[in-house]
Amino acid sequence: MSDSNFNKDSLKNTLLVAIGLCLVCSILVSLSAVALRPMQKANKELDQKQNVLRAAGLLPSDALVDAQGRDVAEIFASFEARIVDLDTGEYVDGVDVATFDPIRAAKDLSASTELLKDEDAATLGRRENHSIVYLKRDANGGLEKVVMPVRGYGLWGTLFGYLALEGDVNTIAGLGFYSHKETPGLGGEVDNPKWKALWPGVQLFDAKGIPALSLVKSRSPEGSAAAQNEVDALSGATFTTKGVENMMRYWMGEGAFGPYLKKLKAGTV
Amino acid sequence: MASAKEVLVDPIFNNNPIALQVLGICSALAVTVQMSTTLVMCLAVIFVTTMSSFLVSIVRNFIPTNIRIIVQMTIIASLVILVDQVLQAVAYDISKSLSVFVGLIITNCIVMGRAEAFAMQNPPLLSAIDGFGNAVGYSLILILVAFIREPLGSGTLLGYEIMPLVANGGWYQPNGMMLLAPSAFFIIAGLIWALRSWKTEQVEAPEYQIAPNAQYREAL
Repeated sequence: MSDSNFNKDSLKNTLLVAIGLCLVCSILVSLSAVALRPMQKANKELDQKQNVLRAAGLLPSDALVDAQGRDVAEIFASFEARIVDLDTGEYVDGVDVATFDPIRAAKDLSASTELLKDEDAATLGRRENHSIVYLKRDANGGLEKVVMPVRGYGLWGTLFGYLALEGDVNTIAGLGFYSHKETPGLGGEVDNPKWKALWPGVQLFDAKGIPALSLVKSRSPEGSAAAQNEVDALSGATFTTKGVENMMRYWMGEGAFGPYLKKLKAGTV
Repeated sequence: MASAKEVLVDPIFNNNPIALQVLGICSALAVTVQMSTTLVMCLAVIFVTTMSSFLVSIVRNFIPTNIRIIVQMTIIASLVILVDQVLQAVAYDISKSLSVFVGLIITNCIVMGRAEAFAMQNPPLLSAIDGFGNAVGYSLILILVAFIREPLGSGTLLGYEIMPLVANGGWYQPNGMMLLAPSAFFIIAGLIWALRSWKTEQVEAPEYQIAPNAQYREAL
């Protein structure tokens, strides 16, 4: 230092360095956050659309384009997003579907309901009042597919995914998880394409219209009525299997999408 | 004063932050399941360590002694947030699979250790080279671990299938342990053993001698 009186440990210098450093660093951090936000937002949206499409079986799990070479935005354009009131099963207007996030809503005390122990099959704690569904219609306006967000507690944490149903609101078109904490190789096999391939075609309800889906160790004989509602459990992953089963029971039940699915099937929404 | 070449090359084999100093093990266990996440993590650590050593060294003569750790942490944390933001913007999938570990570069002992032990006493350019060298030493171990874990654990390397799995109709039954953190411990221990057999001066003198069991007859 040329200035022989400079004392870096003086109170004045300590304050000066602390304040200067805070200013420089906060400007740097906020600049990067603000400048990159549009790109991050686009990434998040793309990621969410991919999750919806992969659950619906319209996008391969390892590619960004489908067999016809259409990209995510293009396939997603054929879907219509609607907000659903889970209690009444009716559509709600006046909520922006582009920014609505059911998981954030479930954490918001004013937009969610606390679940009592006996209504909380999937161990969620709180359930959002409104959720979102993605509808795909065929050329005549008939329902082709409906995709909805589902989640439930497995062994180590909550599994987050999307469930896709065919237009009959009974046959499963696909189930996919985009986030979970299950043990790799055991519960983590929920991501295994071979296991996921067991889901399409399985029926949610039995002949009387009662929710009957179950994950079983050994399936009923091929062609029997019960076999239509059964999916093979994951071996070595009892808790994850239970968690997935509870999740399906909960979200397809009266406490969640049940009222909406009934109305959708009857064609009254 | 050490020469630039020594400062650059020393931490790669002679004074490797993971193998000799046994620092930065946490992230070495967590991100080495796949080569792609490992490579991104390595680049992030190389960037943060080089830049933080450089920046700390520039201001080293102004940093008051009693708040020096806070100043270093603030610089490191700002750089890490910058890296995290950039990753979320340009490599979203990888940033998702690295999850909290990018943020945890802040607590990576190597970054902090180089700032405090080297950059506070040395000129900026030499400090940057030192930070770079140490991060490369760290990266080398991580890449070696991932190079063993990914093929044995999932039959792939960088996502490309090199050993077709039984589940996909191939012949390779994957080793599930390689997907879990403990396998990295075994591999790092093996690497340390190999390195110390080659460079015997790294072998530490035993701190104590286990006494022979004089009462073995009691067990019989």
